[in-house]
Amino acid sequence: MNALALSTKGLVKRFGGLKATDDVSLDIRPGELHAIIGPNGAGKTTLINLLSGELSADEGAVLIGSTAVSGLRVQGRVGQGLLRSYQITSVFDDFSVLENVCLAAMRHRGIRFAVWKPLTAYEDVVEKAKTVIAQCGLEDVQNDTVSSLAYGQRRQLEIAMALAAEPRILLLDEPMAGMSSVEGGAAIELLRSLKGRYTIVLVEHDMNAVFSLADRISVLVYGKVVATGSIEEIRNHPDVKRAYLGDDADA
Amino acid sequence: MDSSLFLSQLLNGVQLGVLLFLLSSGLTLIFGIMNFINLAHGSLYMVGAFIGAAAFNASGSFVFAVMAGMLASAAVGLLLEHGIARPLYRYDHLYQVLATFGLMMFFNELAIVIFGSRPYYAGIPDYLSGAVTVFGSPYPVYRILIIVVGILVAVGAWYLIQKTRFGMLIRAGASNSNMVSVLGVNIDLLKKLLFMLGAALAGLAGALAGPILSVQSGMGEPVLILALVVIVVGGIGSIRGALVAAMIIAIIDTLGRAYMPQLLAPFMVPTSANAVGPALASMLIYILMALVLAFKPDGILAPRKR
Amino acid sequence: MMDRLKNGVWLIPLLFLVLACIPFIADALGEPFYITFFARVLIYALAACALNIILGFAGLVSFGHALFIGLGCYAVGILGFFDISNGWLQLLAALAVCALVALFVGTVCLRTSGIGFIMITLAFAQMFYFLMVSMTMFGGDDGLNIFMPSDFGFFELSGSREVYWATWAVLLLLTIFLFRFRKSPFGLVLRATHLNPRRVNALGYSVFKVQLAAYILSGMITGVAGFLLANLTAFASPSYMSWHMSGELIVMLVIGGLGTVTGPIFGSIIYLVMEEVFKGITQHWMLLMGPLIVIIAMLTRNGVDFMKLLRINTNPSEGVDRADETKPAAAGDAS
Repeated sequence: MNALALSTKGLVKRFGGLKATDDVSLDIRPGELHAIIGPNGAGKTTLINLLSGELSADEGAVLIGSTAVSGLRVQGRVGQGLLRSYQITSVFDDFSVLENVCLAAMRHRGIRFAVWKPLTAYEDVVEKAKTVIAQCGLEDVQNDTVSSLAYGQRRQLEIAMALAAEPRILLLDEPMAGMSSVEGGAAIELLRSLKGRYTIVLVEHDMNAVFSLADRISVLVYGKVVATGSIEEIRNHPDVKRAYLGDDADA
Repeated sequence: MDSSLFLSQLLNGVQLGVLLFLLSSGLTLIFGIMNFINLAHGSLYMVGAFIGAAAFNASGSFVFAVMAGMLASAAVGLLLEHGIARPLYRYDHLYQVLATFGLMMFFNELAIVIFGSRPYYAGIPDYLSGAVTVFGSPYPVYRILIIVVGILVAVGAWYLIQKTRFGMLIRAGASNSNMVSVLGVNIDLLKKLLFMLGAALAGLAGALAGPILSVQSGMGEPVLILALVVIVVGGIGSIRGALVAAMIIAIIDTLGRAYMPQLLAPFMVPTSANAVGPALASMLIYILMALVLAFKPDGILAPRKR
Repeated sequence: MMDRLKNGVWLIPLLFLVLACIPFIADALGEPFYITFFARVLIYALAACALNIILGFAGLVSFGHALFIGLGCYAVGILGFFDISNGWLQLLAALAVCALVALFVGTVCLRTSGIGFIMITLAFAQMFYFLMVSMTMFGGDDGLNIFMPSDFGFFELSGSREVYWATWAVLLLLTIFLFRFRKSPFGLVLRATHLNPRRVNALGYSVFKVQLAAYILSGMITGVAGFLLANLTAFASPSYMSWHMSGELIVMLVIGGLGTVTGPIFGSIIYLVMEEVFKGITQHWMLLMGPLIVIIAMLTRNGVDFMKLLRINTNPSEGVDRADETKPAAAGDAS
C-alpha cells in the first residue's frame, strides 16, 4: 500500500484576533478515509489549507508519515504525495480535459521543461491520464475545453486532477459541493473505489457521503476538534448533536 | 567635505523629495484604491507645468499661475477618469497600460504642437527670486517655498486621510475596495474626486517644478519613473510610504550624484571615478529598489490587504 | 484537405513565402528602402514573438522588454568598439548578458504581481537606459556608431539584405519552435500559470521557477533581435531601450493577438505600416498614433483578436485534438 499517515500536533492559525484553527491534533492512519465535518465557519477549509501548505500555521506541526513538513511549502508537500482538490473548482478553463489531467499526471515524469514534443504525445502520461479520466466518468468529454463542461463534470475533473498526480494522501475539500443526487451518487462510488489505496481526508457537508464512506470522523467546531471516532460514536455524541442543532444531525 | 555645499545638496534632495511626494501620493492612491495604472500621470504633471508657466507669463501672478496649473490638471484628470479609466477599471492592467501609454504619446505631441519643441520659459516673481541664508550659506528662496509647500501638503494630506470622511473612505478602499462600494457609497463620485485630487497634486508639482526644471514635452516621463520607484518602495496605496520613500530616494539620488565620484576616488583612478561615478549614481536608486524588494516585495509601508 | 486548411498549418509556410518575396519585389520596384523597412519589421516581430512568451502565454506585462533589445545592440556596439567584430562572439555575449540580466531582473520582479511587476520591469529598463546614457565612453545619449558588421565567417551582416535574410531565418525557426512550444509540457505549464497559478503550485510545480525560465528565454531571444537591429542600423543607442520601444512592442502584440503563434508577426507588420502611413501624413504622427493606441486598447480589452476578425487562424493546430475546432463555446486559441 502506497498510502501514508498524516498527522498534526497542536495546530494553531490566527487571523487577527480570531483563532480559525485552535490546537488541532489529528492522527490519520494510512489508507483510512477520515471525514472532517462541522458547521459552517468551523474552519474546515482553513485546516485543509494548513495541511496542504497553502497556509502556514502559527503554532504546531504537520507530519506526513513520520516526516515533519511544517517548513515545506505546497510544492514540497506535493512532492511527498499530498494532493488536494478545491471546494471551488480550480482547473484550467482554456485547456481540454485531457490536457488538464495530463498536466497533473506528468508530475513524476520530470518533463516540465520539455519544449518540443506536445504533452499529449507522451504516451505514458496520456495513458495514465486516460485511466483516471475513465475512472471519473469523463471519457466522453476528454477532448472538450473545460470551460464548456457542466458544473458536475468540472467537480469530477477537480477530483481527477488530484488523482492523476499519483497521490499518497488525498485532501478533498467538499468534492460533492453543488452536485445533483445522481452526480453525488457516482462521486460516492468513485471515492469508495479509492478507499484503502490512498489515505483520504474528506471534508464534506453531505452526510450521506460521510456516513457511507468514512472509517472515522472528526468534528470541527469553531476551529477545535470536538470529537473523533467511528461513525456510530459520532452519531451518538452529545457535543456533536448540540453543535449541529438545526443542521444535518438527523442523517 | 564642504559642509555648506553638503547642506545645500541636502536641501536640494529634500526639495526634490517634495516634488516626488506630490506626484507619487496621487499615483499611489490611484494604483492602490482603484487598481488603475496611469502612465499618463506624468502628462498631468506636464499640463500643470505648461499651464502654470503660460498663466504666469500672461498674468504676472504666481499664485494665479499655480492655481491655474492645478485646475487645468484636475480638469484633464476628470476627463481622463471618465473617458479612459472608467471603461477600463475591470479589465486587465495590460489594457490600462496600453491606453495610458497612447495618451502619453498624444499629450507629448500635443505639447510640441502648441508650445514647440524647445523648452518653454517659466518665470518666477521677483519676491521669490532671491536667496536666504540657511546655516551660514545662501539658498534660493524659491526652493524653500517648494519645501514649505510640500510640508503643508503633507500635513493637509494627513488631515484629509485621517480626519475626514472622505479620507476614511480612502483608507477603507485601500485595504478593501469592494467593501466600500457595498457600503452604499457613491463609488463613481469617490473615484472621480480621488482622480482629480491626484491630478491636482501632479499639476501642483508641475507648476512648482517648471521654473527650476525645464518645461518641455516629455518632461513627465523621467519624473513618472521616479514616482513609480517611490511607490513600489513605499508600498502601493500608502501615502506615508510615499512620503518616506520619496524623501529617501530623492536625498540618496541628489547626494549620490553630487558625491559619487568623490566616494569612489579612494578606490579607483580619477578618470575612472569620473566616468563610473555618474553611471553608478544614476543606477543607485534602482539598486535600492531592488534591495528593498528583495526583502519586502510589497514595499516598506504597504497597507495590509485582506 | 479542408481540415488542413481550417487548421491553419498552411499559414506559416505561406506567410514566410510571402515575406521571402519582399526583397525581390523591392528590387523589381527599384525601392531598396522596402528591404530596410521590412527588415526592421521582422526584427520587431522577432522581439514581439519573444515578448509573447511571457506576456501572451504567462500574462506577465513586462513594460521593460526593450531592455533586452538594447543589451543585444550594445553587445555588438561595445565589442565592436574594442575591434571585436566576430559575429559568434558578439552573439554569445548578447545571449549571455541577456540571460544574466533576465535572471536578476526576473528574480526581483516575479515575486511581485500585477501592478508591481509592470512598474518594476519598467524601472529596471530605465536603469539600464540611464546607465548607457551616462556611459559617455560608449557614446552616451548620442549613441554608438558601429563600423564593422558582425562577421560569422561564411557570411557577414553587411547590409539590409543580409540582415533581412538572417532575421527571416531566425523568425522562421522561432515560429516553428513556438508552434511546438505552445503544446509542449513547459508551454502548457507556463500558460497554466496565467490561467490558475494556485492550481499550478498545488500540482507540485513552481510558478516562480517556470515563469523565471520563460522570462530568461524571452530575454535571450529579444537580445538576438537587438543584435540584428544593431547590424541593420549600424548604431547602438539608449533609445533602443526606451519605454517607448517597450510600449510599441506591447501594442504590436495586442494587435496581433496575445498568446497566438503568428499573431505578433501580423501585429508588427500592421503597426509599423500604420506608423509609416501616419508619418507620411504629418510630422506630428504621434497625435494620430496615440489615440489609435487608446482605441486599440478599448477594442481589445475583452481579448478580441483582430486576426480572428480577418478570419486568419494565428494558432495553427496539429489536428490531433479538436478542442478548438468542434466546440462553438471554445475561443479560437483555446487549445
